[in-house]
Amino acid sequence: MSGNPVLYDHPGPRARIRNAVLTVVFGVLILAVLYWIYRKFDEKGQFASVLWEPFLKGATWNNFIIPGIEGTLKAAATAMVFALAFGLVFSVGRLSDHRWISVPAGIVVEFFRAVPLLLMIFFISYGVPFLIQQPVPPFWSVVIGLTLYNGSVLAEAFRAGVHAVPKGQSEAAYAVGMRKSLVMQHILVPQAARAMLPVIVSQLVVLLKDTALGYIVSYPELLQLGVNVLSANYGNVVAAAIVVAILYIIVNFALTSLANWLDRRTQRRGIKVRAAGPVVDGGGGA
Amino acid sequence: MPVFSDPANFDAYVSGFMWILKMTGASAVLALVLGVLLAAMRVSPVPVLRWFGTAWVNIFRNTPLTLIILFCYFGLYATLSVSLSDDINLNNFWLGVLGLSVYTAAFVCEALRSGINTVPAGQAEAARAIGLTFSQTLRIVVLPQAGRAVIAPLGSVLIALCKNTTIVGTIGLLEASNIMKQLINDNGDQVILIFLVFAGTFAAVLIPVGYLFGWLANRLAVKR
Repeated sequence: MSGNPVLYDHPGPRARIRNAVLTVVFGVLILAVLYWIYRKFDEKGQFASVLWEPFLKGATWNNFIIPGIEGTLKAAATAMVFALAFGLVFSVGRLSDHRWISVPAGIVVEFFRAVPLLLMIFFISYGVPFLIQQPVPPFWSVVIGLTLYNGSVLAEAFRAGVHAVPKGQSEAAYAVGMRKSLVMQHILVPQAARAMLPVIVSQLVVLLKDTALGYIVSYPELLQLGVNVLSANYGNVVAAAIVVAILYIIVNFALTSLANWLDRRTQRRGIKVRAAGPVVDGGGGA
Repeated sequence: MPVFSDPANFDAYVSGFMWILKMTGASAVLALVLGVLLAAMRVSPVPVLRWFGTAWVNIFRNTPLTLIILFCYFGLYATLSVSLSDDINLNNFWLGVLGLSVYTAAFVCEALRSGINTVPAGQAEAARAIGLTFSQTLRIVVLPQAGRAVIAPLGSVLIALCKNTTIVGTIGLLEASNIMKQLINDNGDQVILIFLVFAGTFAAVLIPVGYLFGWLANRLAVKR
């Protein structure tokens, strides 16, 4: 409904004047807030060129930001592959007819979805070393944490997708003599995966943002290198945070747009996915 | 439970979760209010407001929460000296609540907006036909129906918010995850027990909350 005005009449002369007045009032208000922020920054000398100059030098990008982006993308890509596999295995497990498979799979998925990711990462990087008597590299504590959490979310998404495939599909497959595993492999999972593509991509955005938690266990990703280490060198934490935030926004905005585009495409194809469990996606992680 | 039979450890455990609870409560209220306002802005007839709402959602939804919280601390507090309380813990608490609300409001806004899209156009058209203004249409006709349609997504946002409060530990607030880290470092022989107690507390509260919202969503859904 947004965009096309169903909520209000086409503005007549009086409404046009009122809208113009409101536009000016709120425009001035927003500008005033921006000016206040500008003044505050200026007061503290945050516009000093020495703080922003590092971003014009190649060395800053080569030493901090580019390696940071690489670290972020490496962790995100590895975790995404593992999370997809985890999600696939556990969604199929939860849909199994054997209770001794479906119940444990359900417990695992529900548990990892309910536990904060940071708690898991802390356990892996500080607790597990006590158990295995050797340190866990930060990369793996981030990747394993991300895999368990996002894998569980994806498992629920796949399950919702399988439930959304019209019943006639599996009935037809059984009628031609396929067994359950074949029906899953050839009929349900491919259609569900396609229907769930937008959800998968938006989960990728969540995962990419969550790699920022690597900062807390000193994994050298964008937030760690671009804000922490960089500002330790140049003393420009506000400037660095703004630049890094813009980088995150660009990457995630592109992925979100891709997800929306895929969403519109699948909607045109007419497969509609409804929530299967009590809670499906939409939360947005860290 | 040898670790938790020590009263000092048990108190730390309780106080860690009290911070989580307080942050969840305060941020949930603030984020809901902000989110409803943002959603109203995004469907309003005034272009400036629509742009403002869109910009807010795109900026905060696409920035990692860790970065927002760090900015609240290093940017607002340490550099621009915006102080929200004289008590160091309370100051960190409110800085965290500020970051969490600003971030979560973007998700609340998007959930509500998709709810507004589920309300049939005829409802708004009928409201306009009997002469209701934009704000009346939104307040009396559209938002109540949209709100009932998005109870399940709002529930997931609330659950995510509760889990996200652990990130405020980054700026030094001794909430549950920091307490767990401390206990693990002090009691290396009982790490699994410690993890299971902390994770189990979250799971024991949040899984039923998830089902509660699912049940509520079914009960309150607008039957069409």
